[in-house]
Amino acid sequence: MSDPLFTSAEQKRFDEQIAELLTHYPQDRKSAAMLPALRVLQTLKGWLPPEGMKLVAERLETTVPHCYEVATFYVMFHTEKPGKYVIDVCTNLSCALRGAEGLLKYMEQKLGQTAGTRTEKYFLRETECLASCGTAPCFQVNEDHHENLTREKVDRILEKLT
Amino acid sequence: MSVLTEKVMTRDWGKPDQPTLAGYKQRGGYQQLRRVLDTLQPSQITDEVKKSNLRGRGGAGFPTGLKWSFVPSLEKNTRPRYLAINADESEPGTAKDRFILEFDPHLLLEGIAIACYALGAHTCYVYARGEFKHPSAVLDRAIAEAYADGIFGKKLMGKDFELNVYQVRGAGAYICGEETALLESLEGKKGWPRLKPPFPAVVGLFGCPTVVNNVETIAALPRIFEKGADWFAKLGAAKSGGTRLVTLSGSVNRPGTYEVAMDTSLRELIYDKAYGQGLPEGRSVKAVIPGGSSAPVLTADEIDVKLEFDAFKPLQSMAGSGGIIVMDDQTCVVRSLWRVARFYAEESCGQCTPCREGQPWMTRIIRKIEEGRGEAADLDTLMNVAQAIAPWPPIGLGNTICALGDAGALPVQSFVQKFRKDFEEHITRQGCPYGERPWGAFGEFQ
Repeated sequence: MSDPLFTSAEQKRFDEQIAELLTHYPQDRKSAAMLPALRVLQTLKGWLPPEGMKLVAERLETTVPHCYEVATFYVMFHTEKPGKYVIDVCTNLSCALRGAEGLLKYMEQKLGQTAGTRTEKYFLRETECLASCGTAPCFQVNEDHHENLTREKVDRILEKLT
Repeated sequence: MSVLTEKVMTRDWGKPDQPTLAGYKQRGGYQQLRRVLDTLQPSQITDEVKKSNLRGRGGAGFPTGLKWSFVPSLEKNTRPRYLAINADESEPGTAKDRFILEFDPHLLLEGIAIACYALGAHTCYVYARGEFKHPSAVLDRAIAEAYADGIFGKKLMGKDFELNVYQVRGAGAYICGEETALLESLEGKKGWPRLKPPFPAVVGLFGCPTVVNNVETIAALPRIFEKGADWFAKLGAAKSGGTRLVTLSGSVNRPGTYEVAMDTSLRELIYDKAYGQGLPEGRSVKAVIPGGSSAPVLTADEIDVKLEFDAFKPLQSMAGSGGIIVMDDQTCVVRSLWRVARFYAEESCGQCTPCREGQPWMTRIIRKIEEGRGEAADLDTLMNVAQAIAPWPPIGLGNTICALGDAGALPVQSFVQKFRKDFEEHITRQGCPYGERPWGAFGEFQ
């Protein structure tokens, strides 16, 4: 038998949060809660497992394909396990002019993997502008934002990722 | 010189308690909402906004009051109406709205309440980009405080007018900053833009009349009612009221987000000691993107332009979202354009063929030229593809449902037109003249 999707504490949080979300929308528009609902699931499980997608579809009175259509359109949703830490490095123009290409190379060397690849621990990828243009270069680690990055700062951040 | 003497939008930034309701109220917060509710009819609010010359800060610079007036009257259309706040700040080079959310979230919320009352909207959704974890957390706290204090909820500050405000976080799609894609996303769908007309003011969220406004635009409302529409209009220049938040980035000594007067010039912004403080010794400006990466690039002799919305028209460029990116004389413009083109290729939603196919095609050609594999015919092909997506000039002739097509074509067209020699040099040399150092004065990772 496969493990249940949620622990009972997780199930409770999921139920409460989805119920709260549904109050934000017209009663005949439950599926409008799709993005926040997927975020609830991903926050609980670290990704969007298929059994969870079924549950979201049920609660939002829509179909599983609709859930996947949305989940695969947005890069922050993970329909595969992403690794413990998702590291998004901005390499757009404003960051590139402040050393972002060097930052990415440094990250690739430090982590021993190229951008776009995932291991158990890291999913390293290039991302698009993160609105740190005046405080470049920047990256996000599991959505936590770090800016004005230097080698020293990067070393300190990575040390804490155990 | 036109250096701003009095801060308007940023005057309380950085004060530690400003993001809290107590701090905001201590500095006069929510008094404008109180006064508006007590003394003005909704139509009078819209008239004041029109008089103030407030224009959309999200990119298009459209007059805000006029946009509001497109919402049909309740007699003509009895459906609920909505306000959607565009906090999906994603245009490369742009970092201003996030600071309003982080430093002064109640300023936005007070503006939202004023706007909703004017529009007869009882629900507002703030759509923030998914990457704004911290700014969104600050805003969520502020929303909760406003409910707890009886500002939002069944009775807006005691007035018989229900107002609910919800924040929705996106999940990493630039296209959702396009207003109809934003509405699709709010409806729980992938962000595919809608054909216009009908415009959102008539058929928007859930098929109802909807106004979509940028964060900075709505945050200006409490200031307009504090000091008057005439004051706000006069503070600006020509037909652009108020001040502007701009983000200065790239090869300048002091990059950052600044509040500037509308008649400040790009040159002043780059060189003045209050702002960018110039370029390092021995470097000069080569190119400037003036309004987020989609805005056609300017050359060093075009930077005396004022930052006011209409001033960019004669240059066939735009003030856009206020993202100003400076490239110095030792920056490779081909590689710069490649970074920009790659973005639009990545972010094209895939709905329209010219954009879906054209943006990656342009990106491949630019990369080929940058890597020294360019051929003489490539530049013509590049320009032909761009022209097929959106002929330029002028701006706005795109062959796609939304402006993302134009947004990706404009940088290509303007870079190739204004810096053709650089592209040709790459092709004749079969390589980048800047070798391993293409990014100018600050391009090395420290």
